[in-house]
Amino acid sequence: MKDRFNLYRFASPATFYPLAGALIPYFAAVSVVFGLAGLYLGMLVAPTDFQQGEGYRIIFIHVPASWMSMFIYLVMAFWAAIGLAFNTRLSGMMAQALAPTGALMAFLSLWTGALWGKPMWGAWWVWDARLTSELILLFLYIGYMALTAAIDDARRADKAGGLLLLVGVVNIPIIYFSVKWWNTLHQGSSVNLTKSSMAETMLWGMLLMAMCFWMYSIAVAFMRVRTIMLERERHTDWVKAELAKIGTGGEQ
Amino acid sequence: MIHWNSFSDFLAMGGYGIYVWGSFGVTALIMAIEPIMVVRNRKTTIARLKRQMRAENRAENRNTAE
Repeated sequence: MKDRFNLYRFASPATFYPLAGALIPYFAAVSVVFGLAGLYLGMLVAPTDFQQGEGYRIIFIHVPASWMSMFIYLVMAFWAAIGLAFNTRLSGMMAQALAPTGALMAFLSLWTGALWGKPMWGAWWVWDARLTSELILLFLYIGYMALTAAIDDARRADKAGGLLLLVGVVNIPIIYFSVKWWNTLHQGSSVNLTKSSMAETMLWGMLLMAMCFWMYSIAVAFMRVRTIMLERERHTDWVKAELAKIGTGGEQ
Repeated sequence: MIHWNSFSDFLAMGGYGIYVWGSFGVTALIMAIEPIMVVRNRKTTIARLKRQMRAENRAENRNTAE
């Protein structure tokens, strides 16, 4: 039994650090491949929308960015819960590494939404349930980053930030179901599990772009978490060994 | 297979050019700048940590010499 594969081993920064480093190029490469395929289908092959003309093509980044903005928040809240419950070191670092990417995704969702809303609704912005709750999500990301940056002690910053993340998680179902619960200007969801209102090439283009954004987020978060690990664990032997390797050609 | 008749058609996006390219342009910019900033931050952090480590080693050597 002693040589059984142990997943918990990767919960330790010393073992996760090299694993993340080895995986980054693969996630980056897969992200580029999905992105090129998605752009090809979405921008070159997919037909014109019968209602929105060519303007609908914003969907190929608007929906992936919006999905990622919500999904990254859920992952951060998951790590916050693990961190608060089991006091694990890695969880706070993971949440910290994901926050800027999540904030950028929320910003892109709002930015592309404004550029889509203007030609279709005649307004860059409306205080509609979907848009307002997504704006609150952006503020939650910024609030989390500001709060954790303001507390010097990393473990205490993780606890305070984790609490904020867990309270704010109530906003995610509000964003997701807002178009069902309220009468909003925002259109209903284009995709659900049973049927899709989109042409096949449109749907595949969007799913490929979503995969591209997903893989991109993992690659960037892994790069960021490795730096956070070095910083936070600087007094440990494994970081000292790692730092000694860097600069002598030992680091990839 | 390709939906567009000409490159200028593609750029015009049926009159929605500014909106579509404004969305794709900013997204491309952010997805190019974010990794660059992460890598730069990594390099400065590593340089700082190495400086601190050397300083600590020097202090330790001095203490053991005394």
